[in-house]
Amino acid sequence: MSFVEYSDFIQDGDVAILYLSHNNVMPVKVQQGAQTQTRYGVIRHSTDLIGQRYGSKVTCSKGWFHVLHPTPELWTVALPHRTQILYTTDIAFITMMLELKPGSIVCESGTGSGSLSHAILRTIAPTGHLHTVEFHQQRAEKVAEEFKEHRVDHLVTVRNQDVCKDGFGVTGVADAVFLDIPSPWDAVGHAKVAMKKHGGRLCSFSPCIEQVQKTCEALQDQGFEDISTTEVLLREHDVRTVSLPLPDFGPDPETTEEATPAAAPNHASITLKTTTLPREMPGHTGLG
Amino acid sequence: MADNGDDDNQYRIKEGDYVVLKRGEIFKAVQIQPRKKVIFEKQWIFLDNAVGQLYSTTFEILSGGNLKPHELKDSASPLDAVEAGTDNRNIVDDGKSQKLTRDDIEALKEKGLKGQDIIKKLVDNHATFGDKTEYSQVKYIKKKKKKYENTVMILKPSCRILAMMYHGREPGKICHLRYDTLAQMLTLANIHAGSKVLVFETCAGLVLGSIMERMGGYGSVIQMYPGGGPVRAGVESFGFPAHFHDTLHEFPICHVNALLAGTLDTSAKDPTAENADEKQLNLAAEKEQKQPEAEEQGTPEEESMETNTGDDAGQDVEKTEKDKLKEAKAQVKKLRLEEKQRRLAATAALLKGRNADGLVIASRFHPCPVLLGLLKFLSPSRPFVVYSQYIEPLVECFKKLRECGGTVNLRLTDTWMRHYQVLPDRTHPLLLMSGGGGYLLSGTTVATDHSKPAGSKQAEEPAPKRQKLEDTEG
Repeated sequence: MSFVEYSDFIQDGDVAILYLSHNNVMPVKVQQGAQTQTRYGVIRHSTDLIGQRYGSKVTCSKGWFHVLHPTPELWTVALPHRTQILYTTDIAFITMMLELKPGSIVCESGTGSGSLSHAILRTIAPTGHLHTVEFHQQRAEKVAEEFKEHRVDHLVTVRNQDVCKDGFGVTGVADAVFLDIPSPWDAVGHAKVAMKKHGGRLCSFSPCIEQVQKTCEALQDQGFEDISTTEVLLREHDVRTVSLPLPDFGPDPETTEEATPAAAPNHASITLKTTTLPREMPGHTGLG
Repeated sequence: MADNGDDDNQYRIKEGDYVVLKRGEIFKAVQIQPRKKVIFEKQWIFLDNAVGQLYSTTFEILSGGNLKPHELKDSASPLDAVEAGTDNRNIVDDGKSQKLTRDDIEALKEKGLKGQDIIKKLVDNHATFGDKTEYSQVKYIKKKKKKYENTVMILKPSCRILAMMYHGREPGKICHLRYDTLAQMLTLANIHAGSKVLVFETCAGLVLGSIMERMGGYGSVIQMYPGGGPVRAGVESFGFPAHFHDTLHEFPICHVNALLAGTLDTSAKDPTAENADEKQLNLAAEKEQKQPEAEEQGTPEEESMETNTGDDAGQDVEKTEKDKLKEAKAQVKKLRLEEKQRRLAATAALLKGRNADGLVIASRFHPCPVLLGLLKFLSPSRPFVVYSQYIEPLVECFKKLRECGGTVNLRLTDTWMRHYQVLPDRTHPLLLMSGGGGYLLSGTTVATDHSKPAGSKQAEEPAPKRQKLEDTEG
């Protein structure tokens, strides 16, 4: 198992994802002899996980669920938050707009909880590299630990420093730079230094419009071109079966023995599968 | 620090490269060929001068159609010495503000005046320019720049650029797949180097090419195709290095059932699918043979006379030459068919294991049967994504998947995209793109449980709501 390569069987030391139900996923560090409590009961790693196929069903005392191979997308919804994170919708858009692909060299700050970092690593493997900067010491240490557990540490360098003061720690190597910090305009100059002199792509993600304005100005002043600002919103459709009753206008005197519609006379309703939308429109995360 | 002369090469435009021309929001994919005229935005251009320049360079289009790297001279801004007003209360829109006529402007263009200078002339001859507010002046200049500045940027192709291009130019060719939706697909399907991905698409090869880009030449991509052959015109525009194509395979869906049943014979000549191709090849070969024969009809006698040998001898030499030609053609045909058989067998071997790592579907076909048919080739715990221009077919898919079991984390989504204009004191949203970008159904496979009947144990969806019966109802 690794976050950048699939494997088929669960092994000791893997990180697996327990898919308990829709919107309820749990990461678990697989260890010989260990046990994990879930809402369906206890699972014993040695018997229930190790040696089983990823995708298998695990049965507990109070129910069952499936074990999945980790992916950055599952990690994003399962990971323990240390900061507000980026979700898959924004991550997907950023990945395409930064033109990330195997071999890309990327600079990122702040690392935060590593949600985007894992997605970047997946995309740039096996020949790319991620230089990620986090100014909070414990967070930097925690995320470096996770990269190791997830077997992607060879693709990433974590630096504990302030990107606005000290930059990314590299010069002229990056194809892409990503900023998710409170004052991105202070890092634009450093981003330019880290980027290849032949050019590259930069993306800054901010929740507030004032931050976006200041950053765009800084980008323009520093000679960046093709600046655009976009927001992407995800709408999830809820698939449900609904039953709509049919009206009864009384017996029709003109019809004789016409075949009655699909609904029998005393079961006058039509059932159909449709989608409904959440009551509130999707939440604002930020602009990139 | 990391760049040296050799690395430089990959950032420079070369002859034969596939590139994308850009002006504003207009894109066009072309190939750099020497002395070839390319039409872009109603102009003829020669791309020869671009060779050797860095990608993303902006070029000026000179009057002959040749390119010259554009120097950004912000110095001579037409706004430098112009005063501005405070609001538009006294500005009357009577169409008489601009003193230059259309003919005047055409004359200036013909004189070869640069875009920037034309704009300066327009500003100078504008009666009420000085009354406009500063913002209005900037907006005016921007508008004129768009119209008169003769520049084009040459870009290295990428999924982002090509997806925007197709969406802007020919959305019908890509089932109206909007680029943010494509971005979601690539991430949700966990496309990455080293995996084995199945693709079924009728988006001119855009989806296929995007997947190949994200795989970087590692792993394998198998294009399942309907009909006679895979359509991949769009893949060319990506300009992938040759070795990328070694990872690309194709498999006709008309053989899927046979493959799943284990009855697909890839060794002997397959009568069904090959027949059509064979017939075509036969016709082609015949045509080729007939033509030279027709041409030669007039000459045999001449030839024999010219070669000074006896008539009979001349005829014999010719006959064996014709036979040789026929033989050679039959050889080529045979080799081609053998190659095709080999490729089919190789691809079938890749599929037989039913251990693909991902499935992406984006086509005009009804997604339900496509999905149900191809899901069988995936390992458990692997993602799949289905795109549809319309939501109803995906609702059906969702329903069927729930009934069959074998999948979790099903989501039916669409994305909205909103662009913003960001300028000091003038920041506001621009247009909102929604609905028209298509819909996605995504999920993950799990091991199928054959012992128990299929059906979700926890209601993944609430029970259908029953309406409260009114007293008056029977």
